Amino acid sequence: MLTNVPPIARTMTTTTFRSRSRGWWLTGTLSLLLGLVVVWSVGVGAVSIPIPNVLAILLKQLGWAGASVEPQQEAVLLVIRLPRVLLGVLVGAVLGMSGAAMQGLFRNPLADPGLIGISSGASLFAVLTIVFQVKLLPGLTGQAGLYMLSIAAFVGAVVTTGLVYQLSRQGRTVQVSTMLLAGVAVNALCGALTGLLTYVADDAQLRTITFWGLGSLGGANWDMLGVIAPLVALPLLLLPRLSKSLNAFALGESGAEHLGIHVGRLKQAVIVLATLGVGVSVAVAGAIGFVGLVIPHLIRLVAGADHRLVLPGSALLGAIVLTGADLLARTIVAPAELPIGILTALIGTPVFLYMLLQKKSTITT
Amino acid sequence: MLEANQITHQIGRRKLLDDVSLVAKPGELVAIAGANGAGKSTLLKTLSREINPTKGYVSLDNRSVFQFSAAHLARRRAVLAQQNPLAFPFSVYELVMMGRYPHFDGRPGADDLAVVDYVLDLTGITHMAQRAVPTLSGGEQQRVHLAKVLAQLMTADEIAQPRGLIQQPKYLLLDEPTTGLDLYYQHALLDIARAMTYRGYGVVAILHDLNLVMQYADRVLLLKDGRALVSGKPTNVLSPAAIRDAFGLSVDIICQSGMACPFIVPTQQLHAFSRTA
Repeated sequence: MLTNVPPIARTMTTTTFRSRSRGWWLTGTLSLLLGLVVVWSVGVGAVSIPIPNVLAILLKQLGWAGASVEPQQEAVLLVIRLPRVLLGVLVGAVLGMSGAAMQGLFRNPLADPGLIGISSGASLFAVLTIVFQVKLLPGLTGQAGLYMLSIAAFVGAVVTTGLVYQLSRQGRTVQVSTMLLAGVAVNALCGALTGLLTYVADDAQLRTITFWGLGSLGGANWDMLGVIAPLVALPLLLLPRLSKSLNAFALGESGAEHLGIHVGRLKQAVIVLATLGVGVSVAVAGAIGFVGLVIPHLIRLVAGADHRLVLPGSALLGAIVLTGADLLARTIVAPAELPIGILTALIGTPVFLYMLLQKKSTITT
Repeated sequence: MLEANQITHQIGRRKLLDDVSLVAKPGELVAIAGANGAGKSTLLKTLSREINPTKGYVSLDNRSVFQFSAAHLARRRAVLAQQNPLAFPFSVYELVMMGRYPHFDGRPGADDLAVVDYVLDLTGITHMAQRAVPTLSGGEQQRVHLAKVLAQLMTADEIAQPRGLIQQPKYLLLDEPTTGLDLYYQHALLDIARAMTYRGYGVVAILHDLNLVMQYADRVLLLKDGRALVSGKPTNVLSPAAIRDAFGLSVDIICQSGMACPFIVPTQQLHAFSRTA
């Protein structure tokens, strides 16, 4: 019979070479862009700092004594602008990467960290704190009192996601599809409770609730960065290590298991890391929508489906977009500020719809 | 050896498998055949550790498969499933490279690249390596998944010495592997599977086409309602009586001189629209 399958002309390994160089090209370009956006946006604002001066101030901080700087520009940049821009970078990066990881876990490009209750839980607890004005905890003053809203939001994110996780557990395994449904139910419940609290809130509280819900990077300072940087670094460093497993997970749970992936452990790791990352972001910057949903999509259009590119790419593009959006948010109606969530949704929605229509046309042709 | 020992698997009151045993030996291609719902896939899923049976156990080298780590097991056996969902539009090359995941951390090494190139060539999909898998036809996708499964088990040494015996037996579990394949690739696939057995692989394949079973299998297990009906050498056990018992269809087995093997043809008119009349 057919003892020899006919040899087919070999095109050799140009294929791997191409995809690897595409990876470097993508991360290289995005890193460069991020650097540019950061340097540019720390210079723009009420006190304008030209880019050479920005570089001089940064070089001085790095210990290069030769740089001459203006004290006022230096103070504005170091005390106000830089922490805010760095917060935008961290929050954008972790939202983008967590979104990509969630989509991998749910095997659905339309999944979003909000699906498993992270955002709605954070909102509920934040609104609880606003409406009851933390009077229930009179002992908390000083630093802890200042950050009460953030802490409450983070606790809310963790508690709600934990609840969704427990609800979708059957014995020792967690059904991803059940988790989606449990997430929908818990989101609805959190929404209702938040609504109820809004109903009893007074006018000042309503205003705080509304603005919190639209997100802002305005609260940034170095102390806050010191607390959240290590928390955000965990998902940013650990999620990319799960890239291979997430790729295999696209073959379904049994397909991944056949390839030697410990599926249960993968699910736990992604949920814990994404909840940590998104929970921290919601806590310090409010609910910023669309970044986790749209950014990974854009990266996949350019880089393909491989999570080894999608995860770092989404982090970089998330950071770029959020830093850019914050620049717009604080300059477009200066001296006032637009909530950043409005901008990400305003930009995100048309981009997302455009991609949907593109996809529809590639499916039908 | 990969062994299923007296497997009974029950869901509610329904017994999907009832005291079935199967041994996959290195150097043998074992076929599982039987009517729809006879328990073929359940048996294969038990062998691949996807199902933990109600009674009985599956062992690899006399150790329960549940004592192996997922990663270790992945280097000893590969599974070509009946359904192969793919959530994101990976390229053919990326998907076949997933077969190498149990063998490397981080980036693929030279061996991994060599194996992937070899299996792409073997399954005739090198020219579509950069295409997105969802854009391929069903049969082409099946070849991509076959390539992934082969990449999972083969090593660079085996490619360098195409006739040598492998050191440690490995097992291929194929669930209806010929689904969607054209005539040429049905035979090409089973030819690859048989060539692997010559090198010391054990192959278990669910096959619907009894003529392919006759032609390629060393042994066949015929299932009916979750029980083993007959098992043995195909030419010995695939009698018209056994086939009628398993499938409810009368057949003739023709053996012409000059033909490599006997040939099974139905002799019964089914009268599709008059059965209830």
